Amino acid sequence: MKTDPVTFVDRRVGAAKPLRAALDYIFPDHWSFLLGEIALYAFVTLVGTGVFLAFFFEPGDAYPSAINLSFGVPGGLLLRQTHHWAADVFVVAIVLHLLRVFFTGAFRRPRELTYTSGVLLLALAIFEGFLGYSLLDDLLSGMGLAIAYGVAMSIPFLGGDLAHLIWAGEFPGGTEFPQRLFVAHVFLLPALIAGLLGAHLATIVRTHHSQFRGPLRAEDNVVGTRMWPGYALRSLALLAATAAVLVALGGLIQVNPIWQWGPYEPYYATNGAQPDWYLGWLIGALRLMPPLEIVIGDRTVFPNPFFGGILFPSAIFGFLLAWPWWEQRRGSVPHHLLDRPRDNPHRTGVGAAVFTFVAVVFLAGSADRLFLSSGIGYETQVWLFRIAAVVLPGVAYALTRRACRELRDRV
Amino acid sequence: MSRAERAVSALLGVASVLLLAFAVLIIAHPDTRLLALTLGGGLAALAIALAVAAKRLVPQTPELERRAPLEDPQATAAVNAKLRFPRRRLLTASAGAATAALTAAVVAPVTALGPAVGDSITDTPWRRGRRLVDERGRPITVDDIAPGSFVTAFPEGADKRELGSPVIVVRDADPAKIERRRDWAPEGILAFSKICTHAGCAVALYRSPLSEPTSTHPALVCPCHYSVFQTRNAGAVEAGPAGRPLPQLPLLLGPNRELLAGGGFSGPIGPAWWSVRA
Repeated sequence: MKTDPVTFVDRRVGAAKPLRAALDYIFPDHWSFLLGEIALYAFVTLVGTGVFLAFFFEPGDAYPSAINLSFGVPGGLLLRQTHHWAADVFVVAIVLHLLRVFFTGAFRRPRELTYTSGVLLLALAIFEGFLGYSLLDDLLSGMGLAIAYGVAMSIPFLGGDLAHLIWAGEFPGGTEFPQRLFVAHVFLLPALIAGLLGAHLATIVRTHHSQFRGPLRAEDNVVGTRMWPGYALRSLALLAATAAVLVALGGLIQVNPIWQWGPYEPYYATNGAQPDWYLGWLIGALRLMPPLEIVIGDRTVFPNPFFGGILFPSAIFGFLLAWPWWEQRRGSVPHHLLDRPRDNPHRTGVGAAVFTFVAVVFLAGSADRLFLSSGIGYETQVWLFRIAAVVLPGVAYALTRRACRELRDRV
Repeated sequence: MSRAERAVSALLGVASVLLLAFAVLIIAHPDTRLLALTLGGGLAALAIALAVAAKRLVPQTPELERRAPLEDPQATAAVNAKLRFPRRRLLTASAGAATAALTAAVVAPVTALGPAVGDSITDTPWRRGRRLVDERGRPITVDDIAPGSFVTAFPEGADKRELGSPVIVVRDADPAKIERRRDWAPEGILAFSKICTHAGCAVALYRSPLSEPTSTHPALVCPCHYSVFQTRNAGAVEAGPAGRPLPQLPLLLGPNRELLAGGGFSGPIGPAWWSVRA
C-alpha cells in the first residue's frame, strides 16, 4: 500500500502532531518583527558563502590565498565580498532588532531568556566578524590584531599570560596563531552562534510571539498570520530578498580590497584606516579615553587600553543583560502585549541615553576622517567628543522622557 | 487563470532564466558583475514572486489563538520533589571537590597553548654597537636620514617581526632644540621604538615640518588612536591615550657614518600591560 511522506514519517517518529502545530503557528504582523528574520537570513548567507570560501582559504598562507580566491576562483570575489557584506548587514540587523525589542519592552517576562540569548548573539556576531577580517593578514587585519593584542595584554594580572596563550607567544604570534584564528572563525564561533540561535528561536516558539496592541489583541491571545501558507511564503520572500541584496552588494560594490592595503608586517601601519562599522565604537573608546593608567608601586595595574577596550564594552553589554532584571526588580508578571516607546518614558529615556553614549563614542572613532572634512583640529575634536559623551546622554534622557510623556498624554 | 497567478508564473520564469544564466556564466565567463546581476536578479525575481504569491494567492486573514499558560505549578512541584537531594554534608562536599578537580583537569591543558609571558617582552635584540639596517638589511648612514622624513630601521641580523626590533629614525632639523638626551642623538638623529606604548600599533606618522601655532615641536604619531610622542623630549606623551613615553634608543656614529645602537631602549617596549614598569 502506498503511503504519503507525512504518514511515512509519522509512523516512524510521530512527527505529524508537532508538524501541525508548526504549520499553525501564528505570527503577529508588524514590519519591525522582520529585523530579526533579516539577521537570521544574513546568517544563512554567511554560512553558505563561508563554506565555499573555506574550501579555498589557507590560514598559513592567508594573504596570498585570499588574493587567489578573489581572482583565481570563478565567483570567488563575488562570494568573498558577499560574505563580507553579509557580516556587516548581520550586525546591523541584530542591532536594529535589539533596539526594537528594548524600546517595546519585549524583553519582559516571560521573554528574558530569549532576550539574553539575543544580546549574547550580538556579542558573538561582533567577535566573529572581527575574527573574519583578521584572518586575511592584510594591513588592516594586522593593525586590528595588534590592537586586539594590546587590549588583551591590558587585562590586569591575567592579560600578559592570556595574550601569550592566545597568540602562542608575543605578537605577531607563533606559527599556530593563524590556524587558531581560522578554527575559531569557521568552527568555534559559528557553532556557538548556531547553538545560541537555536536556543533563541526555541524560546520564542515556547512563549509564542509578543504583539502590539490592536483590535482583538489581548494579553491572553495572539493574532496574526499562520505559518502555512501565508507566513512561510512571505518569510521565504524575505530570505530571497535578503540574499538578493547581499549578492548585489557583493558583486557590484567593492568591500575590503585587501590588494590595496597590502600584506601586514608588525612595523607597518597606515593613516586613516577604518575598521568594519561594528568595531567603530571600540576604536572610538580607545581614542577618547584620556591617558590614564593606574599604577601601584612601580607596576602598571590598569593599562590604558583596558578602559576603552574591555571596560567600556563590558559596561554596555552588562547594562543590556541586566536591564530586564533591573526593570522588573519589584516583581514581574507576564507581558504579551508590547509597549510603544512612549508608554514607558523612563525606559525609553534610559535606552536613548545609552544609545547616545555609544553613538558619540562610535562617531569619535572616525574623528580623524571628520578632521579632514571639517577642518576642526583633531585634539579639539577629541575634547568635544569627550564632553559630548558625558553631557549628551543626560540631555537625551531628559528630552526623550519629556517627548514620550507629551505623546502619551496627547489624546 | 487569475492575473496574480500569471504574474507569479512570469516572475518565476524570469527567476529561472536569470539563475540558469548564473549557472552558465560561472562555468563559461565568471565576470563578477554579471554573476552578481544574474544571481542577485534571479533571487530578487524569486523574492517578488513569493511576495506576490503570499499576498494574492493564499488567504491572509488574521487569525486568533488563545495563549496556553506557560507554567504548570503541579509539574513544577513534582520535578522539584524529584530533584531534591538528601542533605548529607560529606557527600555534598566531596561531590563539590570532585567537580572542582574535574574542571581543573579539563581546563589545565589550556596552558599548553602558549608560553608564559616571561622576559620575551622586555628582552630586545638591541645591544651597544649593533648596526641599524633597513628592511632589506642594508646599513643605514647618517646621510640616509633627510630632515623631516623618517626611516624604519632594524637591528642587524635580528628578526624584523619581533616587537623589540623596529625603530623609527628621524632627523631633527634644529638639533639645538632637543631638550633631553641630546647625547643620544648624533647630528640630531633620534631613534624610538616603532611600537606604540598604548596598544601596539606601528607608529607611522612624523609631524614635521611643524604646523604653527598649534604644534610647536616635532612629534611621532600613532595612526591607530593618535597618541603623540615628543621627539625632543625623550618620547614624552603630548596627547592621546598612551600612558608612558615612547622608548628611545641611544644612537652612536660608527665607521662610514653608519648608525649604531648605543645600548638598549630607555624603557620597556610594546603595549602596556600590568607588569610594565611605569
